[in-house]
Amino acid sequence: MDSRLIHELQKLLGSNAVLHKPEDLVLYEYDGSVEVARPNCVVFPKSTAEVVGIVRLANRFETPIVGRGAGTGLSGGALARKGGILVVFSKMNRILEIDAANQRARVQPGVVNSDLSAAVASLGLHFAPDPSSQKACTIGGNVSENSGGPHTLAYGVTANHVLALKAVLPSGEIVSLGSSALDPVGYDLTGLFVGSEGTFALITEITVKLTRLPEVVKTLLAIYDAVDDATETVAEITGRGITPAACEMLDGWTLRAVEEYVHAGFPTDSAAVLLIEVDGLRETAEAAAAEVADVCHQHRAREVRVARDAAERDLLWKGRKNAFGAIGRVSTTYYVQDGVIPRTKLPATLRRIAEIGRKNGFEIGNIFHAADGNLHPIILFDARDELQFRRAVATADEIIAFCIEMGGSITGEHGVGMEKDRLMPLLFTEADLRVMRGVRDIFNPHGLLNPAKIFPSGKGCGEIHVNPLPVTTATLA
Amino acid sequence: MSAATGASTSRLGSIVGAANVWDDPASLAPYAIDGILPNSVVRPGSAAEAAEIVKFAAVERLALVPVGARTKVSMGAPPRKYNLALDLSRLNRIVAYDPGDLTLSVEAGAILADVATALGAHGQFLPLAVPFHRAATIGGTLASGIDSPLRQFYGTARDFVLGMDFITGDGTIAKSGARVVKNVTGYDLHKLMLGSFGTLGVMTQIHFRTFPAPRGLRAFVASFESSAQAWQMRHAVGDSPLRPLTLDILSPGVFELFGSAAASQWAPESYEAQTLSPGRWSLTAGFAGGEKILDRYAAELTRLAEHAAASETAILPEDRVAGAFGRKREFIPIALDVSPATVIMKLSALPSRMNGLLETAGNLFAAEGVAWAAIARGAGVAYLALLPKEASVQAGETFSRLTAQIIDATAAAEGNATIPWCPSAWKKGIRIWGADRAEFEQMKKLKAFFDPGGVMSPGRFVGGI
Repeated sequence: MDSRLIHELQKLLGSNAVLHKPEDLVLYEYDGSVEVARPNCVVFPKSTAEVVGIVRLANRFETPIVGRGAGTGLSGGALARKGGILVVFSKMNRILEIDAANQRARVQPGVVNSDLSAAVASLGLHFAPDPSSQKACTIGGNVSENSGGPHTLAYGVTANHVLALKAVLPSGEIVSLGSSALDPVGYDLTGLFVGSEGTFALITEITVKLTRLPEVVKTLLAIYDAVDDATETVAEITGRGITPAACEMLDGWTLRAVEEYVHAGFPTDSAAVLLIEVDGLRETAEAAAAEVADVCHQHRAREVRVARDAAERDLLWKGRKNAFGAIGRVSTTYYVQDGVIPRTKLPATLRRIAEIGRKNGFEIGNIFHAADGNLHPIILFDARDELQFRRAVATADEIIAFCIEMGGSITGEHGVGMEKDRLMPLLFTEADLRVMRGVRDIFNPHGLLNPAKIFPSGKGCGEIHVNPLPVTTATLA
Repeated sequence: MSAATGASTSRLGSIVGAANVWDDPASLAPYAIDGILPNSVVRPGSAAEAAEIVKFAAVERLALVPVGARTKVSMGAPPRKYNLALDLSRLNRIVAYDPGDLTLSVEAGAILADVATALGAHGQFLPLAVPFHRAATIGGTLASGIDSPLRQFYGTARDFVLGMDFITGDGTIAKSGARVVKNVTGYDLHKLMLGSFGTLGVMTQIHFRTFPAPRGLRAFVASFESSAQAWQMRHAVGDSPLRPLTLDILSPGVFELFGSAAASQWAPESYEAQTLSPGRWSLTAGFAGGEKILDRYAAELTRLAEHAAASETAILPEDRVAGAFGRKREFIPIALDVSPATVIMKLSALPSRMNGLLETAGNLFAAEGVAWAAIARGAGVAYLALLPKEASVQAGETFSRLTAQIIDATAAAEGNATIPWCPSAWKKGIRIWGADRAEFEQMKKLKAFFDPGGVMSPGRFVGGI
């Protein structure tokens, strides 16, 4: 990298806000995915004005720029695939405004997801999107990826909770999109920018909706001897008109790995557990919990436990949210997939995933947001064996192809990034992709910002890309 | 018919069949927008046909306005140019409905009420209780960005449209999203289409998430001396653990509107006049559930109302809910019918600023002796119906001034104000799309990309887009 650019960045931000030595950069070549890409330098802006300065320099030196929050993403969205400047927002982590009466907050992008909820908890509020990485991931990252989490069926994904953005376009222009008032006039630019995976602009301020905490939360753990019984339970719960706040499933293999690590009380001889949460008014939650328990029993649940207090509930959730950490103990390298299927196709899809695993010689664990039909198959492999890594990726691709065949999609909440760009043609036609690329080029005409993401490169979609050895042990989903 | 129109008719006929291209005056008349007639109406039977028409229009530089049941074409600015009405009413199929997956794919020309019937058979619904409900199409509902009282609980279409097939202004068939309830693959281009007034493209098929229909509906009504008291109660509900399905504040003028003959036409469900109190502000809240849940809502809402000094409270039993709800849903068409020159303003602001805005508006109207009625969503959106006695030029000037004052007051309160409906003759002098916004520049770039020939509903939307 041009040493003059480093010098200019140091002048702009101060020398302690610029990393450029190889030993420093190596920390920023990973995120939570199996992808690797090293930036040429890493900068830590403290204000929108500094971000503008960085973008102007990037333009002058024709260097790519990539935004990054905590780097917990699972699709390589925050990796500098073409090198260049990695803009890390960890110093822009202030909550700028909390308006409890109107249930709004204005935050900088580096605010950690759960920190916002913690800051407003005493007001009886929270920020509803809760990705499993919420203790580390940032709201800027959530906005870029349109993150989900276990509570999306009832509460919606990040896009449902974002009202306005301040952003710096790759041209250096600052734009304000949306408004804290509802229904801003004109095209829904906020809605378009949320989930654009950092390819339109660097977001420097976010106005979000806050959600009132429910009066009562009931968390149930249903234990099954057969996976199909669990999936049928999920179908009937919504069939009865109940929208659970969350409905998570862990298969036998996964729950055993989790139990060994977290001791959440999952019986290790069971075939599957469902973690179901209902909430709302006391009367609403109690009625729903009773009906859910009834459905579980009807579908041959061996046992249904109801968390008696917050501590028990937290323990059950600890089992779910730390699942990937638990798997990290079993195998230091694994590949978490993020497919989506129509929920009624769950039983068939699980059977097919098991077959695909057997055929390719992999043990595949399953953990998923069952009511959303959002699957996270986990493929364990040995990263030292490049052939095995290639086979793991091919196995994952086979699962995703099956999801599409079932009428599903290639990513439910992790994003496309650099992980699934080659899979986009499975879902989208050349014309669809041309329109999407055209929209990106409106805001990011020279591809300076987060290049080589989302869209398949010219290589042809059949080719599998192989990266240097990945190590993934993060506690993410 | 000019030679040019004749050639165009024959080309269009070759795409959709001659029977689906109309250019006789009697057929064109119902497609007038602010008195402007198209040269032809063309009715494609498939998305592919619609794309061919758009392609043709783009090449020939023919301005095209997509329409459905035409219940809301008088919203917004008149088109700068209007050659073709692209009538999508033949694209009315439910393509796929999987109740177990909570997903629905439906063509843009499908009638909302028909879709509601199909979903109702499975105990599900789309929370789109929008005005003109019996005739409105899915496409028109989404393109107009109209909201529904149910947004209190369910949000707006933005929150439950999962994806879409659309045609861009050059005739490209494209899509975004997918028919699954959770998906982040690719850009959410469908969000751009919502509320875009047909200026970016033509929606042909929409994927929705469906919802279980609430059972055991009740409504709560409280009457107040002042708007401030009604908003005080709204804030108390917001601070409580209650999660009502609807939460609206009605101005005193609504009493007469709901008792009008127009109201019975738009919302034929039986309605009792004493649902609202004359001369009072009202807060209404809808809720649903089993007996214990209903009791809890009734008790808590009554307590919160008393705390806000309500003069009266009532719980409407299930058989009276539909009548009251239907009128709330149809507030706009009712208001459009009761005056020869109704002006509908839409305001949005933070809930804490809404009472101040309504008081400002009320004072302005009182000073001019203007009759008015307003329905405000608790979430922070209000529809104001100004009901002039006459449609004269002079009245137009008065209303241009009044609406400008409200637009400025709303902007000062960091809100948004527009004038979705007003008499055609007044549109030139009125800021239909409200105050200018810096982000219009970005919108113009999007428009130029999606519609390079400028043929899609030109001039209908903000900033002359």
